[in-house]
Amino acid sequence: MIRARGRRLPAARAYGVAVAFLVAATLVSALVGAADLNPVATITALADRIPFVHLPSGLSPLDRAVLFQIRLPRIIVGMMVGGLLSVAGAGYQGVFRNPLVDSGLLGASAGAGLGATLAIVYLAGEGPAAVPIAAFAGSLAGVAVAYLSGTVGGSGTATLLLAGVAVGLFLTAVQTIVLQRSAQDLQQVYSWLLGSLSGATWQQAGEILPYAIVSVVVVLLHGRHLDVLSVGDEEARALGLHPQQTRLIVVAACALAAASAVAVSGLIGFVGIVVPHVVRRLAGPSYRLVLPLSLLAGGGFLVLADTLARTVVSPAELPIGVITALVGSPVFVWILRSTRAVRT
Amino acid sequence: MITIDELSVDLDRVPILHGVNAEVTAGGWLALIGPNGAGKTTLLRAVAGLLPHRGTIHVNHEDLGALRGRGRARLIAYVPQIPVLPPDMTVQEYVLLGRTPYLGYLGSPGRSDRAKAAEASERLDVTRFAGRRLGSLSGGERQRVRLARALAQEPQVLLLDEPTNDLDIGHQQQVLELVDELRQTRGVTVVSTLHDLTQASQYAGHLVLLAGGRVEASGVPAAVLTEELITRVYAARVTVSPGPGGHPVVTPVREPPPPFRVNPLASGQ
Repeated sequence: MIRARGRRLPAARAYGVAVAFLVAATLVSALVGAADLNPVATITALADRIPFVHLPSGLSPLDRAVLFQIRLPRIIVGMMVGGLLSVAGAGYQGVFRNPLVDSGLLGASAGAGLGATLAIVYLAGEGPAAVPIAAFAGSLAGVAVAYLSGTVGGSGTATLLLAGVAVGLFLTAVQTIVLQRSAQDLQQVYSWLLGSLSGATWQQAGEILPYAIVSVVVVLLHGRHLDVLSVGDEEARALGLHPQQTRLIVVAACALAAASAVAVSGLIGFVGIVVPHVVRRLAGPSYRLVLPLSLLAGGGFLVLADTLARTVVSPAELPIGVITALVGSPVFVWILRSTRAVRT
Repeated sequence: MITIDELSVDLDRVPILHGVNAEVTAGGWLALIGPNGAGKTTLLRAVAGLLPHRGTIHVNHEDLGALRGRGRARLIAYVPQIPVLPPDMTVQEYVLLGRTPYLGYLGSPGRSDRAKAAEASERLDVTRFAGRRLGSLSGGERQRVRLARALAQEPQVLLLDEPTNDLDIGHQQQVLELVDELRQTRGVTVVSTLHDLTQASQYAGHLVLLAGGRVEASGVPAAVLTEELITRVYAARVTVSPGPGGHPVVTPVREPPPPFRVNPLASGQ
């Protein structure tokens, strides 16, 4: 185990692998599905969209519509969601110096769940836009409450994490009360909670893009700070860093990233733990590499997971949260075991 | 030169240091000695700027209270007693962290930073295992890597909390010799806590004996390391004899054990 950890890919190779994975995931997802698209024609049609490349694809108008109006927006939204959740997970792990922390932490998932539930139960008449906005706001509010309650007494990361757990449990309890009183909405809330990209549109992608860019840029710019933070708050301060300030900025950016993802996809667990961990195994622990590589690999991972979600029991769909949990849980156990192996 | 003036520190509203005064000349070595809980580490952390305190600390006539973050970190390197060594980080990456005070907020280490880190690694002979994970190092290697990171910081003051902690006697001497060499060749001022009183007298030109958060004695080793003081402050039994080079040698003494007696109660079945 220890020897395997010592061998790392050089940065350029790691980027190459991550980009290749993302491209491969995109192609697989574009080609697989209910409508049988010609692989060569599909790839030429996609290549035709690359600037300065002009290729006649020979794809029929119907197939073009399937590719560009159904599959591609779903791929792009999946890519964004996976990348955002992975970057947020990796960022939180750096801030809390804990490899088991997820993007749904600090009340983010519970806040989003409560927000979405309230919107589904009480704002059903306001149209479909209410749910993503409520989930987005709920997720950010959950983190804000957890952060404020966790930093009042002291500045320890453990206090903050525990406050996050407490806030999460509280919000989930409120959500349960709301649901108990309106059982007819159970089905809808339940399917939202498990996450899905089935409603993905270009418009959705455009709506979360600004938040995605801002949050990802801010987190990526703090990669070096997270590396310094990995020697602990006290030594980081002795090196001239302001740990609390770094923590606040990175947590805010990660919360924004996770909230943007949750707004369009519902709750998708494990991505934020699994992807950064695999990246770390390949490229080492430096956040200057882990963050951008997680963005790329996370995008690819979720696109693949979504491809499985919509094809395994086709024409029905599995919730994508089920797929990521099916893959994620064993990996989670593997992380627990290998973390222990390293510490002892 | 470091001047500590009337330094007081409270931790969790409990007073730990009470008006400590101390001074060490530029390029000198000040050792903080004293029993457990005397406030040695607290004093070191206060000088490192990690604790709120009353009183003033000047380094080369510059008031540390007026310096923030990176400015202070360029002046002072701090090696805690048990530094955090992320197990998967390589030696090279870790030493490069020492350049942090010289990087802008969004900056990243450039060629000159890498050169300085490589030079520090060379100096402490850790270049051989620059690619190894911190988790795979031995105690002696770890201590050298910590010092290399501190040296990459190009500090004028080196604060070392128990630098010989967990090392065997050979590695203890090696590390102390290395620190002394850095002091002499680079003019770095060293402030360290040391448990071993004989080592303190051999390496430090100036000792401050702390007890209960107050300075009990201060001065050259021969003036501080007296049988009377050590017996009183540490509640220890020692003899102090002049060693080679005039450095006092402190030898623990054991009272003759009581005569062997069979315990009449224990012998019965």
